[in-house]
Amino acid sequence: MRQRKFWLGVRYAVLVVLALFFVLPFWVIVRNAFSTNKNITSATWNWLPDQVNLTNVRSLLANDSIGILRALLNSAVQASLQTVVTVFISLLAGYALARYTHRASKLMLGLTVFTLMVPVATIFVPMFIITAQLGWVDTFRGLVIPTVFSAFATYLFRQYFLDFPVELEDASLVDGCNPWTSFWRIVVPNSRGIIAAVGTIVLIGAWNAFLWPSLIGRDDTRTVQVALSQFMTSQGVRYPELFMGSLIVVAPMLVVFLFLQRYLVQGLTTSGLR
Amino acid sequence: MPTSVVEAPARPSEGRPGLWRRLRGHQGRNLWFAAFIAPFLLGLIAFVYLPIVWSAYLSFFEARNTVTPTRFVGLDNYIYLLNDKLFVNSLLTFVAFAAFIVPLTYLGSLGLALLLNNLKWGQAFFRSVFFIPTAVSYVIAAIIWRFAFFSGARFGLLNQFITAAGGEQVNWLGGTNSLYWVALVSVRLWLQTGFYMILLIAGLQRIPLETYEAAAIDGASGWRLLRFITLPQLKATSIAVVLLLLINAFQAFDEFYNMLGSIGTYPPYARPPLVHLYLIAVGGGQQDLGVGGAGTMILTAIIVLFGVGQTFILNRSTK
Repeated sequence: MRQRKFWLGVRYAVLVVLALFFVLPFWVIVRNAFSTNKNITSATWNWLPDQVNLTNVRSLLANDSIGILRALLNSAVQASLQTVVTVFISLLAGYALARYTHRASKLMLGLTVFTLMVPVATIFVPMFIITAQLGWVDTFRGLVIPTVFSAFATYLFRQYFLDFPVELEDASLVDGCNPWTSFWRIVVPNSRGIIAAVGTIVLIGAWNAFLWPSLIGRDDTRTVQVALSQFMTSQGVRYPELFMGSLIVVAPMLVVFLFLQRYLVQGLTTSGLR
Repeated sequence: MPTSVVEAPARPSEGRPGLWRRLRGHQGRNLWFAAFIAPFLLGLIAFVYLPIVWSAYLSFFEARNTVTPTRFVGLDNYIYLLNDKLFVNSLLTFVAFAAFIVPLTYLGSLGLALLLNNLKWGQAFFRSVFFIPTAVSYVIAAIIWRFAFFSGARFGLLNQFITAAGGEQVNWLGGTNSLYWVALVSVRLWLQTGFYMILLIAGLQRIPLETYEAAAIDGASGWRLLRFITLPQLKATSIAVVLLLLINAFQAFDEFYNMLGSIGTYPPYARPPLVHLYLIAVGGGQQDLGVGGAGTMILTAIIVLFGVGQTFILNRSTK
């Protein structure tokens, strides 16, 4: 008994140490976001910020080479459009793949799984060519439309719908629904959890995306990640502004994550990988 | 006669199921399926399959700074790439990167999952702490790693520890040594270990409790439970996790580009495949889309091989 207590103590000690390591990068963002350049580049590491006020926010907003406000607006438009459209398309497709089992459906499932294996990032060169041919460079269309056909989201929805009781839909069909109205009145209202889970994954991925936005989002549609990246690799980088920018950009996703984490864990647990 | 009830009287015009009726399917099933799947299918064709076909086509042509191929060159683009030291090096870079990141992330997330499994107090809290880096972008993580932890200047956190211990200041990312791997591997570990931990916790929870009880009755405990019950039961989840890790490592771009690149230039070392493809096809001075197409085809083929390999392993392990 005493030995078991000892090992439990060790387990918690290990967890606390690991947790500190995992939190450290967040603390560094906060410390640097509220520090003077002198505090950040000091020869001895200071754990505390030395400028806890809005000075860095003001100089960040005044910095035209980042253009943080415009980038935030662009990212908000891009990420929310991408999330809504992706969830809509994948919800329909995932439902179809789970409910219909004829040959065409099996073929589609094969195509989906293949797309799952060939991630979109490996074909960014031809994807960019096509988008450029359409004249969509530096537009929200180019930023969003090529990215909304997600095999991953479709697959997650399909796995969920495999367990969804078909009796509910059958009852509604008897009551005079057709498959389309039955889907919206019966299936969707009972699938809010998985929709929240997939929506969170897509939203975080969209907000954090870098490669595709760096190709498409040039001037009018520059997203936050591209703006931060260009500023960090430029000669005139200023650490306090860079880290204040990082804090402002990461904060919304942390809030979303904390609120929707429950659905995310559930979604990944029940319908993720089997 | 009961049969006449079953055989519904067909209308004269529908004496024989025509093509249209077969296409529609019973109660229009096929039509409904088409309606649900159409947006996804059309999108996949336009933005996944068409690009693959186009790059296959372009890969046989010379196409510099243009999307309309100018001259048929056969397999020259492929031969050029496979003889291109930088391209081969980028594949080797991936192999080296994967050799570190795949086992480390797997063992790390498995360790966290086991630490948290059946924890009575604080499980949700610790799970959140390990999971939350998933919400952070590679760009922001690269900023922290590059300018705070692995800065080559004296104010970098690691350099402060080293100089405090009496060592020499280290130039982590400058390429004078191979220590940039420490930064590249640790940043990805921080970002994605929690995600795979969640998948493995899910796998652990699917192991039926009776298996453990039976083994406990047989006198197994501790290490033997882990070795003979937990790990074998986690096999399917583990294979899926490893494949995901491999595919993700293959796509590595953001952290390499943001930790090592500066003002539109990228050093000659530590170029994984996507970074190399980016530099030759869209990022560099000239856009060589024929070679870019050939590169895309080679990378796609490699990825498909991973998938085939995984299916093969899964099939064998479930038999």
